[in-house]
Amino acid sequence: MQAFYGFQDGSGDWFIIIDTDKCNGCGRCAEVCPAQALGVGEDELDPLSGKHIACVTEGERKKIRYTCAPCQPGYGEEPPLCVAACEPRAIFHSEAWRQSFAKK
Amino acid sequence: MAEQGKQEYWRWPEGTWVNPGIDWRKGRIITAGVDVGSVSSQAAVLVDGELYSFSNTRTGSDSPDSARKALSIAMEKTGLTVDHIDYCIGTGYGRVNVPMAQRTLTEIACHARGANFMYGPEVRTVMDMGGQDCKAINCDDKGKVLNFMMNDKCAAGTGRGMEVFADLIRVPVWEIGPRSFQIKKEPPMISSTCVVFAKSEVVGLLEKGVPENAIMAAYCSAMAHRIMELLNRLGVHEKFVITGGIAKNEGVVKRLEKELGIKTAEKVWHKPAYKAYPFDTQITGALGAALFAEAMVGKGKVKSVRKT
Repeated sequence: MQAFYGFQDGSGDWFIIIDTDKCNGCGRCAEVCPAQALGVGEDELDPLSGKHIACVTEGERKKIRYTCAPCQPGYGEEPPLCVAACEPRAIFHSEAWRQSFAKK
Repeated sequence: MAEQGKQEYWRWPEGTWVNPGIDWRKGRIITAGVDVGSVSSQAAVLVDGELYSFSNTRTGSDSPDSARKALSIAMEKTGLTVDHIDYCIGTGYGRVNVPMAQRTLTEIACHARGANFMYGPEVRTVMDMGGQDCKAINCDDKGKVLNFMMNDKCAAGTGRGMEVFADLIRVPVWEIGPRSFQIKKEPPMISSTCVVFAKSEVVGLLEKGVPENAIMAAYCSAMAHRIMELLNRLGVHEKFVITGGIAKNEGVVKRLEKELGIKTAEKVWHKPAYKAYPFDTQITGALGAALFAEAMVGKGKVKSVRKT
């Protein structure tokens, strides 16, 4: 399944999307994240599976737009560090940052 | 000084129910789920996976206290105590503040599972409209979450908006639904989805002399429209169900059905044996938590903490 972490406001959709089927819980994304916004924990949406996967930490979910901004195109690396570090390609960022920050 | 009665218009009545057909003393596994929301708290108790009792009460300023209150109402007069419970799971906005819970789960997983139990395995989309957030969840036939969308940043289109509105026009929240249909013609919806702006727009309409019922209709359709935007992004599949407090407001539900072109599932228990039991859309989260607790204890994933 796709786990959406973040929020939608008047200016767009600000989400970090983690594909929980692809994620293997290696935790590399959490290591490279400069803001420590990512962590590895029990799959909270399917607690019976007992799988450990990456997630956006509870406190960051409501301010993800600002936390993740320094890594977005126009500011930071491309692709963002967590996306680059993810071997199974399970992490995505929604388009809103790209649309509002990228150099035209 | 004359006594000033303060009437509350904005909250649903509280309630509790105990299943007369089950004796918990004969049960093997007793589990509980406590859902502490921003406005109301619910508790559900299961005996061997069958619904034994539930309660629905208000969340006070003290979350642990509300959790205790909800569970104690559900166990009232049954002789059941916290010590008899094998496993308890807390969920909802205030889940970290449930003192008797052994662990916590997100309300998204709990609502999907609870709706699966209440409405049956055909449920594919669950819309939970809570006190201060709304979430759309797609799930499979086992009640497992496939994906979801949540709006918890803004009160627009949530129960809180309806409460503010009920208080403003001084109509009890349970009358808004029926009264919003007592109109000659469907009025244009309130243009702003923001609760603060919508409130001032309503004040403006009242001053213009627009009848109350028409304003209620306008507000309900604005809310339905707002919820639809969230649902459209996720995709709606049948069977579609609504849980939470707003599900009781037919003014919003029927307008949403019309806009979506999809009917919501009938509010009856899926299990034939449950037909006579009261159906409360607000207990879905607590019920889901209790079901998770049951599954965890049953499968031996966690140890029972029963003391007596």
